Amino acid sequence: MSQTLAIKTEHLGRIYQIKRKRGESGPATLVALEDVNLEVRQGELFGLLGPNGAGKTTLIKILTTLLTPTSGRAFVDGIDVVENPQEVRRRINMVSGGESCGYGLLTVEENLWMFTQFYGLDFKTARERIQSMLEVVGLADRAKTKAYHLSTGMKQKMNFARGFLNDPQILFLDEPTLGLDVQTSRILRDFVKRWVRERPGKTILLTTHYMAEADELCDRVAIIDQGRILACDTPANLKRRLQGASIFKLQTTPLDTLEHFKQLPGVSQFAGHRRNGHTELNFILEDENALVKVLDAVQAKGGHLLSLEKREPTLEDVFIHLVGRGLSDEENPT
Amino acid sequence: MTVLQRESWRESLRSLKVATWLGWQIESNWTDPFLFAVYSLIKPIAGAMILVVMYLVVSGGQTDNPIFPYIYLGNAFYIYVGSVLMGISYAVIEDREHYGVLKYIYVSPIQVYFYLLGRGVARTLTGTIAVIITLVFGVLVFKLPVNFLKMNHALFWPVFLIGLAGLALVGILLAGLTLITARHNYFMGEAVAGALYLLCGAVFPLDVLPKVLQYIGLGLPMTYWLEGVRRAMLGTSVSPVLAPFTHETILIILFSSTLCVGAISLGFYRWCERRAKEKGLIDMQTMY
Repeated sequence: MSQTLAIKTEHLGRIYQIKRKRGESGPATLVALEDVNLEVRQGELFGLLGPNGAGKTTLIKILTTLLTPTSGRAFVDGIDVVENPQEVRRRINMVSGGESCGYGLLTVEENLWMFTQFYGLDFKTARERIQSMLEVVGLADRAKTKAYHLSTGMKQKMNFARGFLNDPQILFLDEPTLGLDVQTSRILRDFVKRWVRERPGKTILLTTHYMAEADELCDRVAIIDQGRILACDTPANLKRRLQGASIFKLQTTPLDTLEHFKQLPGVSQFAGHRRNGHTELNFILEDENALVKVLDAVQAKGGHLLSLEKREPTLEDVFIHLVGRGLSDEENPT
Repeated sequence: MTVLQRESWRESLRSLKVATWLGWQIESNWTDPFLFAVYSLIKPIAGAMILVVMYLVVSGGQTDNPIFPYIYLGNAFYIYVGSVLMGISYAVIEDREHYGVLKYIYVSPIQVYFYLLGRGVARTLTGTIAVIITLVFGVLVFKLPVNFLKMNHALFWPVFLIGLAGLALVGILLAGLTLITARHNYFMGEAVAGALYLLCGAVFPLDVLPKVLQYIGLGLPMTYWLEGVRRAMLGTSVSPVLAPFTHETILIILFSSTLCVGAISLGFYRWCERRAKEKGLIDMQTMY
């Protein structure tokens, strides 16, 4: 007998109508999702990796019943999210990162208690879960603090704790560590991994633009860009696609233009950006001999080589390979 | 009753209970209890005094004119319009724009009508305190001819409760409008409350309005609510337009117009919710 998929989408699409300013021409629509077909199995920690604006949050909003698709269908635990949203809500929860939400006049404990009651938890279970989650996120000593006294990061941790209170069958984590410090991000990632491993059958859909997060946590990863799923596999299999490719990361003194690197002979894919007073260049080369041309080009542009590293493929390289550019605005959380 | 229906009822009761608790926390927690008590006492008296002073200046101090208790009672009970109607519709603004939690509430298995009604309960309670204070103040200071023990309770309680239900339903309609109209909605509740103040005979009998506005007023459940409350407490009607109606007729019109408003409000809210989901407005923060 086949097992019900935790999440399934069929030709899912979402187009936003955009208000055009007076005198502006061009399309008045934005395609956020296009023909998205996904199958997430029960018990999986599934990652959706893509840059900002790729459509990750739109997909989560549809799956959590906050937004209706403009085409296609989506199912959560076998239930159509448009036709039976209430039944879907009984099985899920969601956390969006980078937000400082919550009722400022309530204490941390009260904010969380309120949500346990929406999910119908009995008093004892609610207390236990709140206490345990507050310990996970390091807010146990702030339980009686009113939320308006919390910093943005603390509110974000409170919101993270809220997402786990009902022990959902399927949990949607939308960039959960966005804006958090390195240590907290590490703690939360460890907890996410442990939570799903210790609860067979529970599923997490995690969106991120941190490749390391996707690589470390996820059983499978779908790479999404401009509303389309470009690839979907285990991180190891995705990286295996680049086996044999020569991947180099160079750091140089700041360079004015980077466009010409794409045109160099032997360069299969290239992505580069300026960061912290230097320029970082990532190359996927057809063979190592092409490196000489790259170094010549750096010199010709007046740059000086600061470091050169040949490395194993990462998910970022897979992304570069598929899209032809990097997750340029990412900040590595590790 | 099926398992799903039982679950829906449980969710409805939970939504109502938790939202009532939440509404009360928001309503009462912004200051210390003493200041809250002082505010709750002074605000309604000050509100009533503004109208009373205006009336006394215009009438030359005639508190024995039957129009005085008409105005005073209408104004006192009108406190509910602001409290219930805006208490419910502001819940959407507060949750979405101010606290940023509306999407999390929507993702949880609440029954949204009950949640909204629950958010209105706290404002209704504070409104009730304000109405009682205003009435007691009127009886003690202006010798308002109201005897709380001898008034027509058989008329008062059904009229009063149906009227409150009607206000709550209009509140849900406004909450729906709030879902799809983003940042303009702060004015919406006040605009509707202001229009009702004029049209449902809160301070002037309907007779002083132009014919067109009189007809609009006669279509509003709040008109019959205030008329019924006045009749129950004062024993008479001073509005020539409404005087021909018997108590029973007032009650029947109030009940049926409330049913109509209810059907329109609940349907309208569902439509707005669908539009909000289509346009991605449930988690939109627009208060910039």
